[in-house]
Amino acid sequence: MLELKGVNAGYGAARILRDVSFHAEAGEIVCLLGRNGAGKTTTMQAIMGLLPLSEGSVVLDGEDISRLPAHEVPKRGIGYIPQGRRLFSELTVAENIEIGLLTRGSSKQTREAVLELFPRLRERLAQRAETLSGGEQQMLATARALCLEPKVLLLDEPTEGLQPSMIELIRNVVVQKKKDGVAIVLVEQRVDAVIEIADRVVFIENGRIQDTVDAKVLADDHTLLTRYVGV
Amino acid sequence: MDFGPYLLLASLEGAVMAAVLALTAVGLSIVFGVMRVVNVAHGEFFMLGAVFAWWVASWAVGHPAIGFVLALVLAPILVGLIASAADMIVLKRVEYDPERTIVATIGLLYIIQQVTLMTFGPEARPVQPPFNQRLALPWFEFGENGFEIIWPWGLGTTSYKLFVIAAAIAILLAVWALMSRTKLGLYMRATQLDRQMAQAFGINVERVYVSVFGFGAGLAALGAVLIVPIQQAHYLMGGDPLLLSFIVVIIGGLGSLSGTVVAAVLIGMSDGVISMFFSPTLAKILSTLLVAFILIFRPQGLFGKRAA
Repeated sequence: MLELKGVNAGYGAARILRDVSFHAEAGEIVCLLGRNGAGKTTTMQAIMGLLPLSEGSVVLDGEDISRLPAHEVPKRGIGYIPQGRRLFSELTVAENIEIGLLTRGSSKQTREAVLELFPRLRERLAQRAETLSGGEQQMLATARALCLEPKVLLLDEPTEGLQPSMIELIRNVVVQKKKDGVAIVLVEQRVDAVIEIADRVVFIENGRIQDTVDAKVLADDHTLLTRYVGV
Repeated sequence: MDFGPYLLLASLEGAVMAAVLALTAVGLSIVFGVMRVVNVAHGEFFMLGAVFAWWVASWAVGHPAIGFVLALVLAPILVGLIASAADMIVLKRVEYDPERTIVATIGLLYIIQQVTLMTFGPEARPVQPPFNQRLALPWFEFGENGFEIIWPWGLGTTSYKLFVIAAAIAILLAVWALMSRTKLGLYMRATQLDRQMAQAFGINVERVYVSVFGFGAGLAALGAVLIVPIQQAHYLMGGDPLLLSFIVVIIGGLGSLSGTVVAAVLIGMSDGVISMFFSPTLAKILSTLLVAFILIFRPQGLFGKRAA
């Protein structure tokens, strides 16, 4: 479904990603693990076309999307839940959702389905996004991305700073989307949260892929975790 | 005349000025808010609006109102197209870098000004107002017979000046509706808040920028078309609107549209009143002084948000 082939990218002259390659298939959760500054968020931005690639390509369903203008990438069906949520803070909940719907011209049913998933948002449609609590903001960021009816979902530290019940909710949504056949790329710091739901784990260090392993293997063998994430 | 009628007259002059200033400054404010571009050439787009208004009006035949209405429609569109072209040809090439766009728009300022001088010439040219009845204004006094309405000699305005005020209010309401009720407005606000996320949700930011730059310039041109029957078109007329727009935008708070309108009324009215009772120079001195104090004590402007 989504495949990165030898991606090199960075900010200006600074090269962050070196030959990053991995893939995520439909109905699969691939988790990117690595320390702070390893290049996880940069990888997400490279997939979204927000950073120019110096080498390599990002292929979605056989189409090279890395040469598209950035605003065309989400229209191919990639929903992005960025680190720190990055909602349109002064827009209302309804307007944030509207922008998600407009991306691919999604229908009213999509809106209903997404609000069904997060009833709390329905109660707060007229409220400005910046006035929501942390958990509600994460719901909105997730809802905004789901409005695209994505084929691929990118989640960058979705559980950062959330209370356990909220983490549970977000995780259920991710698992549900996996069942629906969405390819999911997940960046996460909390290793325990990952191993339970991920299919494969990609370790990234200094902008390079160090290892790709089955999540099942990881559950029994902690040496890799100690080496790459230090837990 | 007593002080009261004088004040009424000065307020009306001030209101006309505030109306035009509000349009021009809102244009500058939208461009800065969405694109983070300090458009030094904004006053020249204002001037171009007036020059095109003269040009269109001088081609039109029949009643002056026909020429004026045509100018009101065509001049802002022409100016908007020129500004959009400038965005694509110049600003996009310098990647909207804050410093380089300032230099680039200074260049644009001189190009537009000098080309206008070479083609339109150094004369000031008038546009006939579509209608211009003199209206006497009433005043009241408490005389021997108690409360009385009187019509002091020399106290009056023209129907056209009242029209300018009404038109500006209508246009500002339309701008507000565009920003808050339409898809383009939603895209503009989203781009203003987070350009990268706007792209990540399929918003063609480049196209938004082209429309915003054209739209901002078009608003300045609209203000100029409204004022040109009162002030005449001249190739150097862009200086004052530029300075005053910057003053207004800084006082109102960069990127805040409601703040811009409130500040335009404040500056326009005080400029009108102070110019009439003292001198236009003193009015400019005071408003510039106000900007200095705002920058020292409330740098985010009256309605602006503190940078996070």
